[in-house]
Amino acid sequence: MAFYSLKTGRARYRQGWLFAAALAVCLVLASPLLVIVWQAAQSDPADFIDTLWRPLVASLALNTALIVASTTLLCGVLGLVSAWFSERTRLPWQGLWPLLSVAPMAVPTFISSYAWVSLSDDLQGFPAALLVLVSAYSPLVFLPVSAALRGLDPALEETARTLGLGPWRCFFRLILPQLRPALLGGMLLVALSTLSEFGAFVLLRFRTFTTEIFAEYRAGFDSHGAAQLSIALLLAAALLIGLEWRVRRQASSYERRARGTRRAPPRLELGAGKWLVVAGFLLLSCVTLLLPLSTLGYWLTQHGDAAVSPVEVSAQLLFDASFSSIELGLEGAALTVLLALPLGYLLARRPGRVAAFMERVAFLVQGVPGIVIALGLVTVSIRVIPGLYQSQFLLLLAYAILFLPLAMVSVRSALLQAESRLEELARSLGLKGWQTWLRVLLPMAAPGLGAAASLVFLSIVTELTATLLLSPIGTETLATQIWADTSAMAFAAAAPYALILTVLSMVSTWLLMLLLGGNAINRLAADGTTVAGETAHV
Amino acid sequence: MSELSIQGLCKRFAQHRVIDQLDLHLTAGSTLALLGPSGSGKTTLLRMLCGFEHCDAGSISIGGTIVSSPGIHLPPERRRIGYVPQEGALFPHLKVADNIVFGLPRSLRKQRHRVAELLEMVGLPADYADRAPQHLSGGQQQRVALARALAAEPAVVLLDEPFSALDSGLRNDTRQAVMQALQAAGATAVLVTHDQSEALSCGEQVAVLWQGRLLQQDSPANLYRHPRTPELAGFLGESILLAGVATAGRVECVLGGFPMADSKLQGAVEVLIRPEQIRLGPPAPDTVQATVIGMEYFGHDATLHLQLRQGQHIIKARTSGWHAYQHGQTVALAVDGPLTVFAQQGPGRSTAETPDNARFLLSQS
Ligand SMILES: Nc1ncnc2c1ncn2[C@@H]1O[C@H](COP(=O)(O)OP(=O)(O)OP(=O)(O)O)[C@@H](O)[C@H]1O
Ligand SMILES: [Mg+2]
Repeated sequence: MAFYSLKTGRARYRQGWLFAAALAVCLVLASPLLVIVWQAAQSDPADFIDTLWRPLVASLALNTALIVASTTLLCGVLGLVSAWFSERTRLPWQGLWPLLSVAPMAVPTFISSYAWVSLSDDLQGFPAALLVLVSAYSPLVFLPVSAALRGLDPALEETARTLGLGPWRCFFRLILPQLRPALLGGMLLVALSTLSEFGAFVLLRFRTFTTEIFAEYRAGFDSHGAAQLSIALLLAAALLIGLEWRVRRQASSYERRARGTRRAPPRLELGAGKWLVVAGFLLLSCVTLLLPLSTLGYWLTQHGDAAVSPVEVSAQLLFDASFSSIELGLEGAALTVLLALPLGYLLARRPGRVAAFMERVAFLVQGVPGIVIALGLVTVSIRVIPGLYQSQFLLLLAYAILFLPLAMVSVRSALLQAESRLEELARSLGLKGWQTWLRVLLPMAAPGLGAAASLVFLSIVTELTATLLLSPIGTETLATQIWADTSAMAFAAAAPYALILTVLSMVSTWLLMLLLGGNAINRLAADGTTVAGETAHV
Repeated sequence: MSELSIQGLCKRFAQHRVIDQLDLHLTAGSTLALLGPSGSGKTTLLRMLCGFEHCDAGSISIGGTIVSSPGIHLPPERRRIGYVPQEGALFPHLKVADNIVFGLPRSLRKQRHRVAELLEMVGLPADYADRAPQHLSGGQQQRVALARALAAEPAVVLLDEPFSALDSGLRNDTRQAVMQALQAAGATAVLVTHDQSEALSCGEQVAVLWQGRLLQQDSPANLYRHPRTPELAGFLGESILLAGVATAGRVECVLGGFPMADSKLQGAVEVLIRPEQIRLGPPAPDTVQATVIGMEYFGHDATLHLQLRQGQHIIKARTSGWHAYQHGQTVALAVDGPLTVFAQQGPGRSTAETPDNARFLLSQS
């Protein structure tokens, strides 16, 4: 009907701008990926096969597959079991266990790797990598699974009990199948994060695709071999992303329609067994939190010569590194949220095929290993826009690409909370478009935007891969300092940097929780993607 | 199908008595509607029958076996109870057929034992077997939930407000389908509701629960005609309470003298008259006359507000919606007896217009 197509020229013009801006952001997001694929398409297939068909590559592939599979499985089991015990059994200090289960996520993997490797030379290679990654990533399973457990309708279990199923069969035939999307989704995130992991593998001397890509790139600035290995890594990531999409679709079909108020799910009485569970949780927290953090504390009290390589900390360097970490974090957060605004606005206010496509692009990029994106950007800066190479802006751009999907989720939900009705109401009260943005939309969405910014800040200060590859010569951050000192076995020297980084990470986590309000952990869990990105690129 | 028997059942949450000395007996194969206002403990009673809650005192036995008493608690999975929770609660990850056979042994599950038969019993086409529960309407979900409960041939079927989430049209259809299916299965069933017309139309027996106590259990007609207290009368439907004097099986009130249902009472009593017991006719000498002072018109029937010539009482009468009555018109009243009477309960209660007893009951709970 003509009535509906009556839009003023100005409205259409404004919408055009919105779509153009969102499209531009998407293009920036996808550029490193496009360049890598384009490069691969240029190269000779025979040459490609030659590069990949080497014993070295076979052993790398084996290592990568081994660590991805075992981390994923262990995280799945650990996350499921701890989520079930903390949600479904009656334990003393009930509120503590979910916190302890999630907290290890706030410790960057290269810091815990540093802690373990500095304890003993034996803590290297596969077992150590497995230990570090399982500690850091099992919250990725714990969070969605415990949210799903809380969301289960207890009436279903009760019905199953009256149909003759005992508690055990009830778990396997009813609860587990319903947890499947959350569990598989969490496990796939673990797999993707493990595939992209870099810092921990280098520090623990475990060779995978990511470490080899880095080594080849550093060795000769020969981006050729590195690019071809990147393609292999990208293919593996694409497989996992495809699987994740399937699980996501399945999850949405499990959602039940209208439900009334439900009673709280019952918690199982374990009797004396509860102390065994408490002991288990405590032991786990010792390994994932207490030991790494107290090792850090130990090195703080030591002089430089207590470590294998005696290096003293320079106060000037410490200050410089902290300053540039914070500076990069703040600038990167601002840039990322700014770029996320048009996409988030489009998704919240004009959902449709275009918006859905752009969302997919963002999620695709989120799944790509950070080192691949960084290498792609290097190529862009060398071949396409030469002035960009080795500039701080390129690094900021890398951060924006890595963490934009993360910010986009928060921006979108912030804008969704600021209802469009109120925006229309403001217009009816005589406010112009930009006035509405300034006086209605931004104030209402501010906490959500702040949350997005602090999430990005947190991710940037703990980011290692892109920072190592792209930071301008002479720029050292906390993360790169820890990496350099630990690589040189100067453990005491690394400790102050690690301390400052841990404090920064905790402060921004605290800010994040504050901005998200009350039940922040639940809200994080509700949006598995929010959590996903935080560790996916470390 | 088994009989259900409850004796002296008590349940307390903290200090709050939710079920209080409850006795109830249901013969095998019959249907009981459990009626009670919100918060009266209906759900709690069902959950105790299912075995989700332990009992503090008393006992529950199904088919002669004690399943709950202070020392004994048979777990839910061994009670052979078919439970239909509010809103159906179908397993979202399973198709309709897999939902229905969920409680059966593996071999029967594989062959989709009796799925077609059960679907037909609850009035759904056989090709619904392969649908996902998310693609069913609320009423259809409710029916599948009943089929699932019946599939394991339970001793007793329990339904907790199965129709309350449905809108009125769907509600009637679903109710009929469910009642027919229960009858076809010959099930011993307890259906919980807070809607008195639903209770009266569903059960062979109706039990009224109020603040955790069982006020009365009877057939729907007996319950409606001869409730045990005036409050209960008001809860079950509109009622008129008049002062009267009982002597030798007859009671005298402003509307005349009538036979009593309970002839043992003597002296000052309260007389219960339902608005539909009053018949209107053209005014004639020697009749009780009244003036129409108000009318609520519903189409199929109408409620007239009448002011008696004598005594200035205002009473309500239900008439067919077909006859037109005018404001201010004079009519003659006759009453279909016999009447139910209650012993006078203290001096404070006035005899005139009925207080809204239903509301009184609800505000108590
Ligand atoms: N788990 C519980 N803990 C404490 N009190 C409870 C619990 N379950 C029920 N109650 C209380 O017991 C009383 C009866 O609750 P119940 O759910 O049985 O009412 P109901 O008759 O089913 O009401 P409705 O018609 O609203 O469903 C209520 O006052 C309720 O607050
Ligand atoms: Mg109830």
